[in-house]
Amino acid sequence: MKVRYFAWVRERIGLAEEDIEPPAGIATVGELLAWLAQRGDGYAYAFENPKVIRAAIDKSHVRSDARIEGAGEIAFFPPMTGG
Amino acid sequence: MITTIRLQNQIFDAAAEAALLTRSRTDIGAVVTFTGICRADENGEPIAALTLEYYPVMAEAEIARHVEEAQARWPLLGVTVIHRHGRIAPGEPIVLVVTASSHRLAAFAAAEFLMDYLKARAPFWKQVEKPAGATPERTWVEPKAADDSAAERWSAPSPRRGAAK
Repeated sequence: MKVRYFAWVRERIGLAEEDIEPPAGIATVGELLAWLAQRGDGYAYAFENPKVIRAAIDKSHVRSDARIEGAGEIAFFPPMTGG
Repeated sequence: MITTIRLQNQIFDAAAEAALLTRSRTDIGAVVTFTGICRADENGEPIAALTLEYYPVMAEAEIARHVEEAQARWPLLGVTVIHRHGRIAPGEPIVLVVTASSHRLAAFAAAEFLMDYLKARAPFWKQVEKPAGATPERTWVEPKAADDSAAERWSAPSPRRGAAK
C-alpha cells in the first residue's frame, strides 16, 4: 500500500510518500503508525506523540482504530491549520 | 444552487467572486463574504510569508462534502469557496467563503460553519517563513484550541439549525 506524509510528519521522515508492505498482524491505523515508528530515527521523531497524528484512508479522515485492510492509500499528518 | 470550489496558488478577487455569485439573480437577498488574510505576525512574532501545504484531491473532496452539508443545513442559493496554497505574503488573501441565500441568517451561519470547518478539519497546513536572519527560518503553525472548539460546536445539535428567516 501507499503511505503519504504531510507537513512536519513529511519533513521528519524525509519522504512525501512511499510504498510499504506491513507484516501480517498489522490491522489498524494505530498499529501501522506504531510499526512505522520503529523503522528509523526520522519515523520515531515524526510519530513520537501518536495522539496528535491524524490519518486518512483513501482520502477520508479515519480514527486510529480504523482497519487498514483493503486500503489503497494511507496518509499521516499533523493537526490541520488551514483557513 | 451554484457551487464553486477552487484550490489555487493565484491571488483572487473577493468582490468579483461575490458579484459572480449574484449576477442575473433576483432571488438572492443576502450575500456573506468572508476573506481570510495573511497577517505580518504570528504569535506576536513578525513573519515574512506563509506557505500552505495541502493534500490534493482530499482537500477538494472534503470541502465539497462540507459545502453539501451546509446546503443540507441551510437554504442556500450559492456557495463559493476558494483556498490558496503555496507561498502567500502578508496582506494577501488566503481563503474566501461566499454564501448566498434569500435571507441573512442562513448566509451568516453557513459562512461561519464553512470557515470553522476549513480552519480545523480541511487538510491544509501553514508554515511560517521568518524574516531573513531569524532561526529557525521556518516553523509550522500550531493548531489553536479555539479553532478546534469552533469546529466542534457544529457537531452538537445546533440551535440555529434550520433558522432561515
